Amino acid sequence: MTSAPGLWAITRRSLVKDLRLEWRSKDAINSMLFFALLVVVIFSFGFDPTAEESRKIAGGLLWVAILFATVVALNQTWTRELRNQVLDAYRLSPAPPQALFLAKTVGNFIFVSILEVLMVPLFVVFYNLRSVGPLWQLLVVALLATWALVVNGTFFAALSIRTRSREIMLPLILFPISIPALLAMVDATTSILTGDNSPIFWIRLLAVYDLVFTSVSLILFEPVLNAE
Amino acid sequence: MTDTTPIKSGVPHPTSAAGGAYSPSVGECGNAAVSIRDVVRHFGRFAALRGITADFAPGQLYVLLGENGAGKSTLLRVIAGLLAPSRGTVTVLGSTDIRAVATRFGYMGHAPLLYDEMSALENLEYFAALYGINDRARCEEAIRTVGLDPLLERRVGQYSQGMRQRISLARAIVHGPELLFLDEPFSNVDVRSAKQMTTLLARMRDHGTTIFVVTHQAALMEPVADECIVLEAGRLIAREKGIPARLLTPYLAEERAALRGERGNLEVEP
Repeated sequence: MTSAPGLWAITRRSLVKDLRLEWRSKDAINSMLFFALLVVVIFSFGFDPTAEESRKIAGGLLWVAILFATVVALNQTWTRELRNQVLDAYRLSPAPPQALFLAKTVGNFIFVSILEVLMVPLFVVFYNLRSVGPLWQLLVVALLATWALVVNGTFFAALSIRTRSREIMLPLILFPISIPALLAMVDATTSILTGDNSPIFWIRLLAVYDLVFTSVSLILFEPVLNAE
Repeated sequence: MTDTTPIKSGVPHPTSAAGGAYSPSVGECGNAAVSIRDVVRHFGRFAALRGITADFAPGQLYVLLGENGAGKSTLLRVIAGLLAPSRGTVTVLGSTDIRAVATRFGYMGHAPLLYDEMSALENLEYFAALYGINDRARCEEAIRTVGLDPLLERRVGQYSQGMRQRISLARAIVHGPELLFLDEPFSNVDVRSAKQMTTLLARMRDHGTTIFVVTHQAALMEPVADECIVLEAGRLIAREKGIPARLLTPYLAEERAALRGERGNLEVEP
């Protein structure tokens, strides 16, 4: 007989497994990058802003592009668990369900962060951006905002996994619930880029949002995983 | 497939020394490995299981037989906790909470439950870790036990269907379960490998593992089965010692009759 494994050990194992699967298939990264690149290029053709206007709209454009691209990746995350019914093997094991959720969320966080690292220089070039506010604040906003997108996204992607039209269901559920976070990340980014207002309120809002939704998702994930 | 598997070392099968004497009664054997009471399972308005009540003694090899849609796989999934019963109770290894005994049973599904993009060893190392086992040698041994080479670097997605089935069996037994559920383990497996698998199952049974096998290939299990459970339209209609001859070739007989009929029709042609 074996003993039940610990949360962090399984989280680490599952994360390594997910990174390995993504490295080999590149399903999520490729589709995210392609989609985000299209959005940036199309937006740049659609608008011809001055440097001042760019600072005002770049936050919105950037986060909307990342949100759409994230949805593409989130669908991939759980689709690979459905192939060969691998998720059943996890459900049968004594491993804590929360470990799978955390691993998926951290994995998606890494994928979306990679996307951001590649996308931001493109935005700077296409929109001729220069930040007036401190750059370290942008980094804090990026970390909190990315976590807000992936923690909700991973949870709702799991929730819609067994629905027939899950690729439509996910944005339908995810976008409305992400509005407070989206508002905070866009306003915080714009505040830092323009230097007009302090982003502190929005950063705090993002932190609270992350805390609440991470806790709720962890609590509710087990029934979601075992739903038939 | 090797003959020296250390996969399960438990209590020797009580009947093995006596040449496989039949002992199906839970009352005679003590506590049941699996006990189900009035289990009903609906899918919408369709009743896949209709009030099944049964006890299964430990250390026995049970073969579940029945036509497609009889409820065999559903019964296995309900016992393993993958499906909740619509009504009734399931007690596995003395517990009604399946998660409490998750380390003590293994399940091999109709689908392989493996990641296509990883090798057999990578798959087994991951799934063993879910049971708290971080022992590469044990995973390699499980792969060898089912007759495959653990050093094979090919990804599971490039395996034949039969090889996937065998790796799936290795995944189900890597943690040394006391109870094993196998859903169609021989589908797409060649006859020689299937016989090796049955030998392995018999050996595990002899070491005390309780095994449930859902199959349409009853003849393969006939030499090693302790009891067969026959389901029809969601009901348990018979429990018999071993697998009686009349249950071994029912489809073959029907097929022959149908073929005779077709030939008869053809012979009408001049």
